[in-house]
Amino acid sequence: MDFILLSILKTAIAAPVLLGTLAYLVWIERKVLAHVQLRIGPSRVGPHGLLQPIADAIKLLTKEDFIPSYVNKFYYWLAPWLALMFAVTAISVIPVGPVVEVFGIKTNMGQADISIGLLLILGLTGMGVYGIALAGWSSNNKYSLLGGLRSSAQMIAYELPMAMAIASPLLIVNTLNLREIVNAQAGYTFGIVPNWNVLGGGLQIFSFIIYLICAFAETNRIPFDLPEAENELVSGYNTEYSSMKFAAFFMAEYCNIITACSVATTLFLGGWHPIIPNELGGQFLPTLICMFFAGVLFYHALNPSRPSDRLSMGVIGAVILGLGLMFQVPVVKDLAQPLFWFASKAGFLIFFFIWVRGTVPRFRYDQLMRFAWLFLFPAALLNLLVTAFIVAVKSN
Amino acid sequence: MDVLLFTFFALVAIVGAVSLVVQKHPISSALSLVSVMVALSVLFLLLGAEFIAAAQLVVYSGAIMVLFVFVIMLLNAGAERESRKAGLAQFLGLPLTAALLVFASYVITQSMSNAKAVKFGAFTGGGPREVGWTLFTQYLLPFEVTSILILVAIAGAVVLARKEID
Amino acid sequence: MSQFLPPGFFTATVPLNAYLILSAILFAIGACGFLFRKNIITIYMCIELMLNAVNLSFVTFSYQFGKVDGQIYSFFVMVVAAAEAAVGLAIILTIFRNLGTLQIDEIDSLKN
Repeated sequence: MDFILLSILKTAIAAPVLLGTLAYLVWIERKVLAHVQLRIGPSRVGPHGLLQPIADAIKLLTKEDFIPSYVNKFYYWLAPWLALMFAVTAISVIPVGPVVEVFGIKTNMGQADISIGLLLILGLTGMGVYGIALAGWSSNNKYSLLGGLRSSAQMIAYELPMAMAIASPLLIVNTLNLREIVNAQAGYTFGIVPNWNVLGGGLQIFSFIIYLICAFAETNRIPFDLPEAENELVSGYNTEYSSMKFAAFFMAEYCNIITACSVATTLFLGGWHPIIPNELGGQFLPTLICMFFAGVLFYHALNPSRPSDRLSMGVIGAVILGLGLMFQVPVVKDLAQPLFWFASKAGFLIFFFIWVRGTVPRFRYDQLMRFAWLFLFPAALLNLLVTAFIVAVKSN
Repeated sequence: MDVLLFTFFALVAIVGAVSLVVQKHPISSALSLVSVMVALSVLFLLLGAEFIAAAQLVVYSGAIMVLFVFVIMLLNAGAERESRKAGLAQFLGLPLTAALLVFASYVITQSMSNAKAVKFGAFTGGGPREVGWTLFTQYLLPFEVTSILILVAIAGAVVLARKEID
Repeated sequence: MSQFLPPGFFTATVPLNAYLILSAILFAIGACGFLFRKNIITIYMCIELMLNAVNLSFVTFSYQFGKVDGQIYSFFVMVVAAAEAAVGLAIILTIFRNLGTLQIDEIDSLKN
C-alpha cells in the first residue's frame, strides 16, 4: 500500500485517540488529585463526572475569545498554536508497538520510524519553549513576561541534565532509533527479570530518576511549575489567555507530559515488552489485570455507596471485562497486547506525575536553578561517566 | 516531491532571512531566524544529513536561539531606532552584497558542472552512526580542541555576566 | 495514490546548484543585515544566519562527494556558534548594563 495513504490512515486513527486521551487525562488528573486531597473531584456532569471533559470542551469553544488591547496581536495569536504544534508533532515518532501485519499489510505501530527519533523529540520539545516565551512576551504584562522568562531559563537549565541522562542508556543500546532502542531491551535476565534499561538491561536507575526530575521541569509541572506559579505570577505566561488559546496551552502541556512519559517508557521501561515472559504467562497478564479491576467495580456495583453506582459501576466493569477478553482474541491480540503494555507503563508514569503534583510543594526560583546546576548536572555527568566506564570495561 | 519540498522550504528560508533583516523589533528578527533554521534543517534532511538536521534543531533552534530570545526579553530591548549616522555601509552595502551574490552564483554554476542531482534517500551516510564514527576516529583531535573551546567559552561567559563587575 | 499525482512527482530531482545558490542568497542577506542593522543583537543574529548558510554549503558538498566530512565541518561550525553565542550574549549583557543601550553606533567611547 502507498506509504502516504498508510500514514494518513494511521494519523486518522492516532489523532482522535490522542485528543480523547488529552481530554480524559484532565478528568483523571482532577479525580486523582481530589482523592489525594480527600475530596471527590468532578462528579456533577455524568456518572462520576465522566462527561466533564466534554463539558469543558464546549465551555472553552464557546467562550469569548478575548484579546486585550495592549498585546502584540500577531505573536499573541501565534504562541499557543506554536506550543501545541511542537507538542503534538513530537508524539509522531514514538513507537507504541512492534512491526505487525494486519490484513496482509506489514506496518509498524507508530507514525514515523526514523534513525534520529530521540534527537528529533529532544529538538521538538526544546522548540516548545518558544510558545511559552512568546506568550509571556506578547501579553505585555509583567507577570506573563516573568513566566516566559522563567520558562526559557528553566528549559535551558534542565535540558542539559536531561540529555546527559538520556545519553547513558543510549551507550548501552547503541542506537537513536526508538524502535531499535525498545528491541534492544527484549528478553529476560535469569528468565524472569526483564532486560529493561532500568532493570536487568543496565541498571540505569539513576539515569531514570534524573530523567524523570528533568521531565517534571521540562513539562512545567509541580514542583517545577514556576512559569505559571499562581500565587506569585497570577497564572504566569497564560494569564491573558482565554477560550481556545488557553485550551491550546493546556493541551500542549498534557501532550508534553504524554511525550515525556512515552520517551521514559521506550528508553528505560522496555516499551511494549511485557513485564514477565510469555512462557510464564505474560500474555495472560493483561486479561488478568482487567479482570481484577472489573471484579473491584462489580463489587462496588453490588455494594453501592450511592444509588446510581449500581448501574454505572456495573457498566464500566463490563466494558473493562470485555476489554480484558479482547486481549485473547487471536487477530486483535498481536495488536492489543503491545499497546496494553506500552499504555500501562506510560500511564503509570503519568499517574506518578499527578501523584507528585498532589504531594510535593513548589520550589523557589533560586532553589530550582541551584538544584539544576549544582546537583542535577554534576550527578548526570557522573552517571554518564560511570556508565561509559562500565560499557568500556564490558566491551573489552 | 523533492522539488516541491525544496521549493517550499527554500522559500521559507529566504522569506525568513529577509524578514530577519527587515524587521525592526529584535524578537521578530529572532523568530524569523528560527524559521530559517527549521527550514534549513528540513533541507539537511533532503540532503541525507539526518544527524546534522537533528543537531540543527536541538543546538541552533532549541538552545542558541532560545538564549537569544531570553536575552532580548531580559533586556526588554525595544524596536531599533533610526540611526543618525549613515555610514558608508548604507550606500555601498546593497550593491556590494548583490555583486557578491551574482559572483558566487556565477562561480557555482561554472565550477560545479559535474554536480549531481539531489534525490532524497540517495545518500545515506549521514546517520548518527556514520557521523559519530568519523567524528571520533578521523576528527578526534579537532573534536577535543572544540571541547576546550567550549570550556573557555563557559568560563568567559560566567566571568563576563557576573553581577559585580567593576 | 500515485495515479492522482502528476507524472514524475516522486522521481523529479533538484539540481545541486540550487542548494548552493540558496546558500549564497542566505549568506548575502546575512551580510546585508550585518551592514545595515544597528541593534547589536540583530547583528549577532545576522552572523548566525551567515554561519547557517555556510553550513548548508558544507552539507551540500558532503552530498556531492558522497562523504560525511562536510557534515562534520558543519557540526564544528555549530559547536563554535554555540560557544560564540554564549560569550557574545554575555558581552551584550555587560554592554547593556554599563551603557544602557544596544545601538551599535552609540557604543563608541572607550570610557563611559
